[in-house]
Amino acid sequence: MRQRCLSGIYELAKTDSRVLFIGSDLGQGTLDEFRRDMPERYFMEGITEQHIIGMAAGLAMEGYIPFVNTSATFLTRRCYEQIAIDVCLHKLPVRLVGNGGGLVYAPLGPTHQATEDIAILRSLPNMTVVVPADADEMQRLMPQTATWPGPIYIRLAKGKDPIVSSDLVECKIGKAAVLREAGSVLFIANGVMVHRALMAADLLADERIGCGVINLHTVKPLDVQTLVTQAKKADIVITLEEHTTVGGMGSAVMEALVDNMHGYLPVIKRLGLPDSYISDYGSQKSALASHGLEPHHIASLAAKTLRTIN
Amino acid sequence: MQSEIPQLAAGKATTTSMDERSKHLRRLVITALQGADRGHIGPSLSLIEILRVLYDSFLNYDPAHPRWPLRDRCILSKGHGCLALYAILADKGFFPQEELSNFCAKGAILGGNPEANKVPGVEASTGALGHGLSIGVGMALAANLQKRPSKVVVITGDGEINEGSIWEAAMSAAKHQLGNLTVVVDYNKLQSYSTTKEVLDLDPMADKWQSFGFAVQEVDGHDVNALQQVFAAIPQQSTKPNAVICHTVTGKGFPFAENDPAWHHKSYFSPEQIEKMYRALEMYP
Repeated sequence: MRQRCLSGIYELAKTDSRVLFIGSDLGQGTLDEFRRDMPERYFMEGITEQHIIGMAAGLAMEGYIPFVNTSATFLTRRCYEQIAIDVCLHKLPVRLVGNGGGLVYAPLGPTHQATEDIAILRSLPNMTVVVPADADEMQRLMPQTATWPGPIYIRLAKGKDPIVSSDLVECKIGKAAVLREAGSVLFIANGVMVHRALMAADLLADERIGCGVINLHTVKPLDVQTLVTQAKKADIVITLEEHTTVGGMGSAVMEALVDNMHGYLPVIKRLGLPDSYISDYGSQKSALASHGLEPHHIASLAAKTLRTIN
Repeated sequence: MQSEIPQLAAGKATTTSMDERSKHLRRLVITALQGADRGHIGPSLSLIEILRVLYDSFLNYDPAHPRWPLRDRCILSKGHGCLALYAILADKGFFPQEELSNFCAKGAILGGNPEANKVPGVEASTGALGHGLSIGVGMALAANLQKRPSKVVVITGDGEINEGSIWEAAMSAAKHQLGNLTVVVDYNKLQSYSTTKEVLDLDPMADKWQSFGFAVQEVDGHDVNALQQVFAAIPQQSTKPNAVICHTVTGKGFPFAENDPAWHHKSYFSPEQIEKMYRALEMYP
């Protein structure tokens, strides 16, 4: 996914002279083709996240569209005030591309796990937050970033994740993608959790439980209308996120449903990571499993919850 | 590098006299203070001559067209010194002087920190310290990319450069050889709590900037002629960013406020205190 995103930046830059690339201290060879073909718009600025964001803001004030890329944790925690003031307050078209969203860097421990990035960024006015489900979806979203007003945070997954998006479903920033119409259960997921939601839905289908799946790649601005329309059809809504359940996508969905569903509210369950630092290493997969985010965990919770309300 | 102005580097107050124009700009500050009944007085008054010289003789701009693309950019990174910026911008006609009386009023364009989307002539919203130099680096890079002659000036406080982000930006400015960028340090030796010496010593200030790759000049920040000469000496074509360290006095112009941390920010002024400010200016040598 990262490669597809970086290639997308390169392709955009070839046709749009406003597009710049700014890295901190990325791996050797990152976007060499960009550096070769457009060296004046390629910046590798060192481990200076606060400065990089301010510099990107200054460039954006002069008409550029800077894509800033580094690890999601450092891109969101270290320079939060610069993002809030320099970028969001000025409503500038700076694109923040965070590598290793969620538990991708599980083996590296809590310093490298971006598990509250969505919460802190979606709370900033003017910010757009995008969590693509797979590389194909990333590729479909990239051209839209050239014209989208204001800042965007793009949370990248590990890469080589299963492809769940397709050309059959509209892929548009700000628009929820309904992959399966809601049944008695509705899963709302983003990032790598979309694949798990689909697998859990298949398991439920085996038990003759109808289950919808929404790929909510854009957490902000939230497609409230689609969420409400689908949630009205379901008895249970379960959100699935590779993020703590404090303030992330699940919270955003819950807020939207509570604020906008008048007279009827389905049972809402939010599955995600606990409010703690996760330091049991292993892999992204093992970390997700140990926190109950495998498809069979999800399906089991849905079935159990359905039994309790019927 | 030894400071060329040892008595200033030692933190003593300058006794530089003030002409009528400097007094006029300070009267505009009092106008705003009266309206809001509050303000960062000390750190604004140390800026008056710096801003006066920048806007009178260094910066290229058009008050009727504040977003003119070829203008020079000036960012007041120490946003809390905005009373001085508002005074000079009003004086230059970026907005009517009557706006000063609405300082901090509900719905006014002039707040306790400057906002770019509200105030004509304000390039960036500042107030959170340590941000302006990075924005200035971005603007200077943009000027080079767009082959514009625009100069970029960033005015920082001294306490402000406690922030690590300033030094990140300084390294970047030198890396990119931004000769079109000038950082102006309002070195008044006082921050909110106490002296910079006590809170976090910044000396040797000039050596720091020089070692970060800047061409450094030091000047009495209240001496109009000296400031003019220093800014005039900044080369048009250079591969080094510039630092102008201005030795200044907080509260300059009001002897009772000079170098007094209690005047960093003040609220609630009696008519007698306001009168005392005006009278102090009349009496100032």
